[in-house]
Amino acid sequence: MTRSDHPTAALDRTGEGSPLQAPPEPGLDTPAAAPRRRLTGGRLLHLYTWLIILWLMLPVFVMIVFGFNDTPGRYNQTWEGFTLKWYGQVFGIDALTEALIVSLVVAIVTMLVAGALGTGIGYALGRYRFRGTGTVNLVLFATISAPELVMGASLLTLFVSMGVGLGVVTITIAHIMFSISFVAVVVRSRVLTLDRSIEEAAADLGANAWTTFWRITFPLILPAVGSGMMLAFALSIDDFVVTNFTAGTTTTFPLWIWGATRVGLPPQVNVMGTLIFAVGVVIAVVSSVRSWRPGSPRRPKEQAPEGAQPGPAS
Amino acid sequence: MPPSPRNLPDPMVRGLTRQRLGRRDALRLSGLSALGMALAACGVEGKGNPGASAPAADAVAKYWAGKTSTKKVDFACWPLYMDPKQPELKKFTAETGVKVNYQEVIQEMGPWFAKVQPQLSAGQSIGYDLMVITNGIQFKQFKDSGFLAPLDHSKLPTFAKNAAPAYKNEAFDPGNVYSVPWASGITGIAYDPKRITRPITKLADLWDPAFKGKVGMFSDTQELGNFGMMVLGLNPDKSTADDWRAAADKLKEQKSQRIIRNYYDQSYIDALGKGEVWITQAWSGDVFQKNVSDGTNFKFVIPEEGGTIWTDNFAIPSTAANPVDAIALMDFFYRTDIAASLAAYINYVTPVPSAQEQMKQDAAKLSGDDKASLEDIAESPLVFPAESDYAKLHYYRDFATAAEQQEYQRIFEPIVLG
Amino acid sequence: MSPVRRVLAPYFLILPGGLWLLLFFVVPMVTMLSLSLQEGDIVNGYAFTGHWQTYLDAITAYEEQLVRSLIYGALATIALIVIAFPVAYWIAFYGGRHKPTYLFLLLLPFFVSFVLRTISWRQILTDDGFVLGPLKDIGLLGSSFHVLGTPFAVIAGLVYNFLPFMVLPVYVALERIDPRVVEAARDLYADPATAFRKVILPLALPGVFAGVLMTFVPASSDYVNSAVLGSSSTTMIGQVIQAQYLTNSDYPTASALSFTLMAVLLIGVFAYARALGTEDVMKVAAR
Repeated sequence: MTRSDHPTAALDRTGEGSPLQAPPEPGLDTPAAAPRRRLTGGRLLHLYTWLIILWLMLPVFVMIVFGFNDTPGRYNQTWEGFTLKWYGQVFGIDALTEALIVSLVVAIVTMLVAGALGTGIGYALGRYRFRGTGTVNLVLFATISAPELVMGASLLTLFVSMGVGLGVVTITIAHIMFSISFVAVVVRSRVLTLDRSIEEAAADLGANAWTTFWRITFPLILPAVGSGMMLAFALSIDDFVVTNFTAGTTTTFPLWIWGATRVGLPPQVNVMGTLIFAVGVVIAVVSSVRSWRPGSPRRPKEQAPEGAQPGPAS
Repeated sequence: MPPSPRNLPDPMVRGLTRQRLGRRDALRLSGLSALGMALAACGVEGKGNPGASAPAADAVAKYWAGKTSTKKVDFACWPLYMDPKQPELKKFTAETGVKVNYQEVIQEMGPWFAKVQPQLSAGQSIGYDLMVITNGIQFKQFKDSGFLAPLDHSKLPTFAKNAAPAYKNEAFDPGNVYSVPWASGITGIAYDPKRITRPITKLADLWDPAFKGKVGMFSDTQELGNFGMMVLGLNPDKSTADDWRAAADKLKEQKSQRIIRNYYDQSYIDALGKGEVWITQAWSGDVFQKNVSDGTNFKFVIPEEGGTIWTDNFAIPSTAANPVDAIALMDFFYRTDIAASLAAYINYVTPVPSAQEQMKQDAAKLSGDDKASLEDIAESPLVFPAESDYAKLHYYRDFATAAEQQEYQRIFEPIVLG
Repeated sequence: MSPVRRVLAPYFLILPGGLWLLLFFVVPMVTMLSLSLQEGDIVNGYAFTGHWQTYLDAITAYEEQLVRSLIYGALATIALIVIAFPVAYWIAFYGGRHKPTYLFLLLLPFFVSFVLRTISWRQILTDDGFVLGPLKDIGLLGSSFHVLGTPFAVIAGLVYNFLPFMVLPVYVALERIDPRVVEAARDLYADPATAFRKVILPLALPGVFAGVLMTFVPASSDYVNSAVLGSSSTTMIGQVIQAQYLTNSDYPTASALSFTLMAVLLIGVFAYARALGTEDVMKVAAR
């Protein structure tokens, strides 16, 4: 499902010979007359695209800018002056810091558990043909496309019926639940493109099934597993709707923001948001730069060009 | 060419397009019957014990047996109920060494109950030892569900000494079995005199088309219902379902004529501050606190047709981890000086009458503006109402049965939600 | 690997994850269905009685919100197609070497929590904030003009939050178009507009359909945008459901509404899939 177009997934696909790679220039053989008209239309569209990008970034700019606002209290609404002090007081509000920690812990646990469970499903779906494939695919499809509201609400009814109370455990259970399918889909798409002949070669050279898996297959699917795990992390740390239903009095970072918005968002929230944003950007840039480095084994231009256009890999 | 999704045969597609009989059908049927059984098996256990007013005498002893001080309290309260510098809590910590973690996490009673109900029902801690809850539907739900700890009055000597007699025998908790008051307040109308130049005196002003799109009302159905009934001249205390329906129709006028901007919880005061609304249903103390903290000049009035009076109460959730320190904090707020200090900031009705004298004494020691404003508060009917002031004020409608309450909710809730 | 192990291997791999999904996705749906047919109250508990009238009561009380949500969802989706298509088109055909960069820039804002972004929008659009305030001061707008609280604000919020979910599938579909096909059209004397209409657009449609699938469902069931940017006149069914669970503790009504919403959306999705042919749905799912 195209939910794997969440930031990290899309960018990680860049390193895997996916369509986000720049294929050879399309306009090589076009007749000379057409380009001129294309160019003006192209310019307009270019401008339009940039406008859209700027529009998308606008609230982020506002958030970053107001992290530097020298406001006296909780009402971070009007610009009072520039200051860096909030960056020094980032952890000044205990409840907010606690919420951030809860978010991070839940996200990490989700990443690991959903990563493991989802990889199992993804690998099985991609590698084997068995009788449950249809049902599993249906459940994955349902989990990805079901409204978050309904998933969260139904989990609440489950926990209430079972009388188990709500808290960090129930939040984590919920996050793992909706992350499994995303990991599974990402891994499955990678496994489907695996070249079986390599595994056969390993078998021919005397490797047993375990060795083949660990030394050949696993390293090949590891980027997809990593990608899926990053996706699970990102989904978990940003989740609001499902968490709102399963949290009880526990707060996560998005829940704290939601609760505080009635009383006024303190600048610490802007600072934290800016820092998380910066970290995410750095990670994404670093990972794409790494896959573009000259020595990298999976350089896109060296893809076997036997007409095997790397299809939509997921 | 490596296998790609487009090339693999799709069992799912086949399944959808071809008839499959036999085993599949049998499985499906058994699945359905299993579903039927599963549906019936799910149930939600109620913790309720309605009709039980006072717990058995040994319930108090049983609850408090073996509980000792842990030197900390997690206190859940509403916004605008304490000076942000928390002088009273600091004093408490200085005198007793007990740390207080004060969180303004309650914005409206409905959501607060719904949020903590699953955890309390499962016997799980909600992370708070002390909370302030309003008398009304949810208070009753808390009480009837057994979620409130019975108070050990031997630990509340200051309350016994200083609280006004009226607060010791409230209808919603006679004998203060589960709660002692924090503050009492009045729901009236707040407005911005810069935008609304004529004096506001009546509930009907909230329906004035001249303020189209600039009126705010509470989203709490009890607050909303009361105003709807009072504007029609009905007495909420003894209202019937027909009265509620009439009130609901009147309230819907605000929506159909686009007079109302939105329904708010505690955040109405922000909306007023930002100019989103010019006139709104409001709680008495909020307006004065806003004026002091933001330098605004909003006005608060009790309408001619009447206003609502309610009491916010201290209560200890049954799963509290630190009840001994919590009850000590409760008692602390009944000291005259502490009560006076709190009331002077929050401008709500204090349950400690001796605070008035204390305030006058404190005012005498000040000078200039500070002195004048403290004297005003000491004389204010919004903080120290006289008997006659109570005549115009009504409580929330009390419900005898859960069915009655659900009917009330089902009449008023759709107004807020749609 | 022995033949038996080979046959059982996939089942073992699927087991842990599948069990998790069964317990925490499928079973809760059953619980929710069950609760919707129960009677009682939160204090005394609920019991299963098969009381289906709850559905009727709930739907009659809130049908306006239900319809409104579907309309807002549809409007948002249409707006998304219109806004996203040119962007996807430009990046696919003119992006050249910088395609990944543009896609990265598009996705960049989503590193910030969406609650925070929506609240930032509220700050930008406040009645007297730094955008509307100056405009009102110079007289361009009336003093009681407001953006927040209008359906426009809510739909704009939905469009903003779901833009990448429409751009990316459309981009992927456009990117796959073999440029030689377009060239062939040109060779056959088609002008650019006709080439677009008859060649590019049909080939892009699967991407558009995938995007619709990805945006209509979450947009219709959203409640954050309406809660932050809207007012009581824009209430969506998501807010109603959330309020019934988390304000009123009215579990049967809430579950009935939740189930109804899911059924309506599911029927929509499957009708839609039927219209395209199931294979496209599975293609979308396989992506």
